[in-house]
Amino acid sequence: MRGAAPILLPVALLAIVPVLTASNAVLNFLVAALLMALVGQGWNLLGGYGGQYSFGHAAFFGTGAYATAILQVRYGVNAWLAFVAGTLAAALLGTIIGALCFRSGLKGSYFALITLAFAEVLRIVASVAPITGAGVGLLIRLDLRPEAFQFQSRAPFYWIVLALLAVSLAAVRMIESSRFGAWLIAVRENEDAASALGVDVMRIKIAAMTVSAAITGAGGCFYAQYFLFIDAGIAYGPWISVEALVAPIIGGIGTVLGPLYGALAVKTLGELTKLLAGDAPGLDLVVYGSLLIAVVAFAPRGIAGTLLDWRERLRGRRAIAATGERSHG
Amino acid sequence: MAEPLLRIEQVCKRFGGLLAVDHASLAVETGRITALIGPNGAGKTTLFAMIAGFSRPSEGRIFYAGADITGSAPHLLARRGIARTFQIAQPFAGLSVEDNIAIGSYLSHRSRTDARAAAGRIAREVGLGDQLKRRAADLTLSALKRLELARALAIEPRLILLDEVLAGLNPSEIRDLVPLIRAIRTRGTTVLLIEHVMQAVMSLAEHVLVLAEGRVIAEGSPQAITANPRVIEAYLGHGAARRAGGGYDG
Repeated sequence: MRGAAPILLPVALLAIVPVLTASNAVLNFLVAALLMALVGQGWNLLGGYGGQYSFGHAAFFGTGAYATAILQVRYGVNAWLAFVAGTLAAALLGTIIGALCFRSGLKGSYFALITLAFAEVLRIVASVAPITGAGVGLLIRLDLRPEAFQFQSRAPFYWIVLALLAVSLAAVRMIESSRFGAWLIAVRENEDAASALGVDVMRIKIAAMTVSAAITGAGGCFYAQYFLFIDAGIAYGPWISVEALVAPIIGGIGTVLGPLYGALAVKTLGELTKLLAGDAPGLDLVVYGSLLIAVVAFAPRGIAGTLLDWRERLRGRRAIAATGERSHG
Repeated sequence: MAEPLLRIEQVCKRFGGLLAVDHASLAVETGRITALIGPNGAGKTTLFAMIAGFSRPSEGRIFYAGADITGSAPHLLARRGIARTFQIAQPFAGLSVEDNIAIGSYLSHRSRTDARAAAGRIAREVGLGDQLKRRAADLTLSALKRLELARALAIEPRLILLDEVLAGLNPSEIRDLVPLIRAIRTRGTTVLLIEHVMQAVMSLAEHVLVLAEGRVIAEGSPQAITANPRVIEAYLGHGAARRAGGGYDG
C-alpha cells in the first residue's frame, strides 16, 4: 500500500513499549496520550480535512461511552459487542447532527457553537436521565476476563488502544488518497467551486461527520472499558471536546499523524508541568492553552506541517547546492 | 432545426425589489460558441448562476438537453454535463494545479491515478503542463484563468459556461487564450460565454445575445449586433446610435 511506512513506524515503536517496561505510570500516561490521539483523529477528519470545526466532539465520545456502559450494565450485553454498538451509536449521532447542521447551512463559528450546544444538551440530559445513572454515573462491574474486555494488566489495554489508533490512522490515510478525501478537501477549500465540479457538498460533509463521530466514539467506548466508570461530566464534558481539537491543531491539522504528534507533545508537557509545579488543579489546561496560542501564532500547520516545511526547505537548499556545484564544475 | 442544447423561457430573478433578470428568453444551439454581452449590471452573471443551479429563478423555466432543469442543484447539473467558471476565480487555493483539476476529473475517473492522469492531460491542453505541482495560491492571474478553464473541462462537459475568462488579462494573454476557447468548441463542447472584451467576442462567437436591464434586447451574428442601434443605445445611452451612425434609421 502506498505510503504505509510513515504509519507503521510509529505504531511499531509504540507497540514494543510494554515489552520494555511494565511500569503502570508509563503505560497509563501512554494510554491517555493514545486515547487523545484517537479522539483527535476523529476531529481531524472533519476539521482538518473537511474544514468543519466542531467544538462538541464530546457528544460522540460520550455517546460511545454511555452506549457501551448502558448495554453492559442494563442489558447484560457482551462488552465487545457493546463496544461495536457504542461506536455505531456515535456514528449514527454524527449522521443526525451532521444532517441537521449542514442542511440548515451552518458553517464556521455557527457550526462550532451548535456542536457545542448538542454536547452540552446531552451532558445535561445524561446528568438527570435514570438510564444513564443520572448524577451518580455508571459503574461497569469488575470482571477481569478477556471475554469481558477487561484485563489483569495494563498492557492489553495499551495494545488495544494502539490498535484502534492504528486503524484510524490507516483509515484516514486511505481516505486522504481516495476520491472521497479529495472531494472532502475540495469542500474545505471552496464549497461553491466544489459543487460546480459535481461534488455533492452536503453528502460529503455528512459522511465525513459520520466517520469522524465513529472514530471519536470508539475512543469513548474504550474510555468506559478502561476506567469502568463514567458520569455526565466525564463522558459529555467540554474537556474531551478540547482534547479532540487540541491534539490535531498542535500536531498538524489535516495530516494523518498530526493528532498522534500533538497528543504525545501535549500529554508530555502536561506531565512535566505536574512534575515541576506539583498537582495544581487545572494546570494542564493552562499548558494546553499556552501551547495552542504558540502553535497558532508561530506554526499554524502544527508539528507535522512544520516538519514537512523543514524537509522541503532542506531539499530545496540541497537542490540549489547541487546546481551550484554543477555550474562551478 | 434541432432542439437547442439550452433553452431559457421567460426567466426572472428578483432580489427584493430589484428585478435583475426580467423575463429573459434565449436558446443556445448545440456545438456553437454563443456570447452573452451587455452593459454592467445587465444580469449576465445572475443568468449564469441560474443556469448552473447556483440560484433559483423567481419565475420561468430552464431546459437543458430537452429536460427541465429549473432549480436543480449545481452538483447534479455538473454531473449532467454543465460546467461553469467563476467571474472571480475560485481556486482550491491550498491545492496544487494538478489536484485542483483532478477534483473535476474524479467525476468520470474513480481512481486517483486515472483522475490525476486526466488532470495532467487537461493541464497540458490549457498550457499549465509545467505548473502541475504549483500551489493554486501562487499562480498569476493569467494562469488562474487557465486553471478555471481546466477545472471546468475536467468534468468533460457538454455545455461550458465561461464567465469573463478574459477579464483582467493583457492583450497578449488574451491572444493566447482565445484559441483555447475555440478548441473547446472544436472538441464538441457547446460554449456560452460572458465577455466584455469585444475583440474576442467578435472573433470567437457565432451567435451573440445582448442582455440589458435583465432583458434580451437583441441577438444575431457579431456583425449584425454591432450595427444594431438598440445595442448601441444600451451601451452608450439614448440617442447614441443616431449620433454615432450619422442618421441611422432605427
